[in-house]
Amino acid sequence: MNAPTVPTKPDPSYFASEQTVRWCPGCGDYAILKGIQRALAERARPREDTVFVSGIGCSSRLPYYLATYGFHTIHGRAPAVATGMKIANPDLDIWVVTGDGDGLSIGGNHMLHALRRDIDLNILLFNNEIYGLTKGQLSPTSRLGTRSPTSPGGSSERPVSAVRFALGAGGRFVARALDVQQDRLPEILVRAANHPGASFVELLQNCSVYNDGAFSFLTDREAGPRQRLHVRHGEPLRYGADGEFGLRLDARTMKLEAVEVGPGGCSEEEILVHDEHNPALAGLLATIGPPDFPLPLGVIYCDPAAPASRPVGKAAQPAIRTTDEELTAMLASEGTYQLT
Amino acid sequence: MGSESGGVRERTRVAVGVVRFAGDSGDGIQLMGSRFTQAAAERGYDLATVPDYPAEIRAPSGTTFGVSSFQIRFGGDAIRNPGDLADTLVAMNPAALKVHLDGVREGGTVILNTGSFNEKNLKRAGLESDPREDGTLKGYRLVALDIGKQTLDAVSGLGLSRKNAARCRNMYALGLVLWMYGAGIEPARAWLEERFGAGTPVGRANLRALEAGHAFGETAELAAGAPVYDIHPAELTPGLYRTITGGEALAFGLVVGAHKVGRPLFFGSYPITPASPVLHRLAALRDNPDVTVFQAEDEIAAISSCIGASYAGCLSGTSTSGPGMALKTEALSLACAAELPLVVIDCQRSGPSTGLPTKSEQTDLMYAVWGRPGEAPLPILAPKSPSDCFDTVVEATRIAVRFMTPVIVLADGYLVNASEPWLLPNVADIAAVPAKLHTDPEGFQPFMRDEALARPWAIPGTPGLEHRIGGLERDADTGEVSYDPENHQRMSDLRAEKVARVADALPAQKVEVGPPSGKLAVISWGSTYGVVREAVEELRTEGEEVSQIHLRALHPLPRGLGELLAGFDRVVVAELNSGHLRALLRAEFLVDVEGLNQINGMPFLVRDVKAGIRGRLM
Repeated sequence: MNAPTVPTKPDPSYFASEQTVRWCPGCGDYAILKGIQRALAERARPREDTVFVSGIGCSSRLPYYLATYGFHTIHGRAPAVATGMKIANPDLDIWVVTGDGDGLSIGGNHMLHALRRDIDLNILLFNNEIYGLTKGQLSPTSRLGTRSPTSPGGSSERPVSAVRFALGAGGRFVARALDVQQDRLPEILVRAANHPGASFVELLQNCSVYNDGAFSFLTDREAGPRQRLHVRHGEPLRYGADGEFGLRLDARTMKLEAVEVGPGGCSEEEILVHDEHNPALAGLLATIGPPDFPLPLGVIYCDPAAPASRPVGKAAQPAIRTTDEELTAMLASEGTYQLT
Repeated sequence: MGSESGGVRERTRVAVGVVRFAGDSGDGIQLMGSRFTQAAAERGYDLATVPDYPAEIRAPSGTTFGVSSFQIRFGGDAIRNPGDLADTLVAMNPAALKVHLDGVREGGTVILNTGSFNEKNLKRAGLESDPREDGTLKGYRLVALDIGKQTLDAVSGLGLSRKNAARCRNMYALGLVLWMYGAGIEPARAWLEERFGAGTPVGRANLRALEAGHAFGETAELAAGAPVYDIHPAELTPGLYRTITGGEALAFGLVVGAHKVGRPLFFGSYPITPASPVLHRLAALRDNPDVTVFQAEDEIAAISSCIGASYAGCLSGTSTSGPGMALKTEALSLACAAELPLVVIDCQRSGPSTGLPTKSEQTDLMYAVWGRPGEAPLPILAPKSPSDCFDTVVEATRIAVRFMTPVIVLADGYLVNASEPWLLPNVADIAAVPAKLHTDPEGFQPFMRDEALARPWAIPGTPGLEHRIGGLERDADTGEVSYDPENHQRMSDLRAEKVARVADALPAQKVEVGPPSGKLAVISWGSTYGVVREAVEELRTEGEEVSQIHLRALHPLPRGLGELLAGFDRVVVAELNSGHLRALLRAEFLVDVEGLNQINGMPFLVRDVKAGIRGRLM
């Protein structure tokens, strides 16, 4: 076997392929690709041990733009393909790239089971709340009232929350990040990849053609800071340009309250401190968002417990281990008789 | 070897025996059958068995749709199918008698468990009158005894509840039938001791029932006139044998096949009737360090996980049946496009849709050949008998790896459950054809091809070979995504030509029985082999000019087949569908192939095949 090679401190470009990137101008995928390359550079795993597995959709073209191994599979099935791959070779660093339609509509079942089985995959769900590659139809995360070629009168379906889905499926690492936040995105991806077991990151991604501005409430220079709640383990759940708002728990109703902090508002001590190990808090954070609350971003839940039992293959070894004699014995293991 | 038991009565010497056990699905019928099979095998008989069981796990007792049965044909001749009609029927209740009496030959023996012939059970079976009294059994030899009561008497004093005591009745009936055919109880005794432990109440009770049934015959309590037989063993090649079902052989074939191509086996599957025995058998190999079994969340995930594992360097296999094949379609096309090795075992069952899950057919052939959107050719093989399932799957693994392609193995529900004696192979004697993993970065591109047109197997973890593959069309020269029309034509041609060349790696077609040209050839494929062979051999003995051609490779069709067909005045395909292979042969060879078809969920009967052929020889 050829010797593994990776520079000690690789540049993000070390992980870029020679392919011309072909997304629409202004697409959030460019920023995410950049964030992924930065995360890969920081982790500095050999390219040959890294595999990107994707389904179908705009986001699923991503493996072509990386200089690692890549498998652009079929619609919705990337978690299943990646599961077989990881069981077959647990030494591989496997990333699943999927979208809101690919991962939560046609492939929702596989997503559920990849998370439930806690397969050590790094699952990146690009959520632009629309079908892009098929030209703008309603997706399972599209908001109520969304007008699209398949919902000309506005959607009457309630959207699914990717984060709540992941928690409900038993995901042990659940995070949310925003495409354009390059200061935060790579760090979250690195943490997801380092987490032993399945990690799930919802990436809010702008579709500049079919759903432009879906997340401008978060990116808006003026209003954005009041809409974004960056959660960090051990730090108070505060938001706003100067941290002037925070979340408080009403213990009687078990509900979160968005409050002003400081003189005239509530005291700093009343503000909840983020505990990413706490599944109950994760459940609460997963349910909140605009208009009454900011949208939580960052690592919402990370189960620190030792990884639960999960399917692991015996196939990692480079050579087979059984002998002809052992297999002959296997065939003769029951009900044999000698004829003379 | 079972001990010979003489008995007082003169035994009738026959060459072959056919016994059918029938009763409620909870009566332990399959167990009776499998234990009788083991005893017959150990006496040195050739044999073939077939179970027939309802789709319900425990259908309401006493009903006709809850009847489970097991037929075994055994003897000194070469036995290639479980036989049309039984010599002896064991009917544990009225419903079993009603369903299976038609399957007993004229003058055959019917063993009735009279204790179950009460008003309630007659009514449940939908019988207006008692068949023992209304002339139904005229022309049969009747052995009527209350097996239930005899069993209770035999096991009394062992402290079993009445319910558990009554459950030993299958062993009583087994003992009796073993005695009728001159077989001892040793193999069954050994099995009971292993299963229940020698000293346990349940083990002792079952053993006592077995002995009591056997002794009932031996002490001449058996009604006068009931036949007792003496059957000589077959002249089988000496050696170590076991009986094997197709399900077991399919599983073992994957293990040995993967071993012989030098790759670990990844088996990803989803439970479905009648394919689940393959999954169970492989799952039981949990201590084998080269076998990984994964029960997926659905049929699509099962094959998708296989594709992922193949990409990572395993020899992958999955098993399913018609409904699952339908779901696997898109992923199978991906395996064709990505050109990854994979063995898909389709245990065909009756359709359409859920159809008859426990009944067998050959109705997926057209689907297997043509049932993928886009041009997605792949090789297809079909095993002809339970033990041939092993050889066929080993062959399939070799083809999958040599040609970097998914391969479909068309087994069926009958084959999965049927059994026969198997002279155990020495695995060291099976040729190893190790897969070549590509490691050289020099000049590498993922769709470069060798002389067989196979692309390289370049697995993640190999430095310098990082590449991207997928379902999008590839440039034949660079391996990059390509939308170029000329390139798509070229790649389509390459994929087709690669699969066509599989025929060069397989034996040229020969006749199975009879001369290689003449008046009429019957073509069989898959599990109908044994019935068709016997029909053709009997017709030849009766002076008819007929040959049998049996196909293992269904796509690509074997070399030499066209020439062979041209040498016959008439060609008839016998198959359990509406004419799939017939249509393929007509299209391929422009030969006026005729069909002999049946779609009733049951295997062919020899007499029906003979009649069908005879009708064309007039």
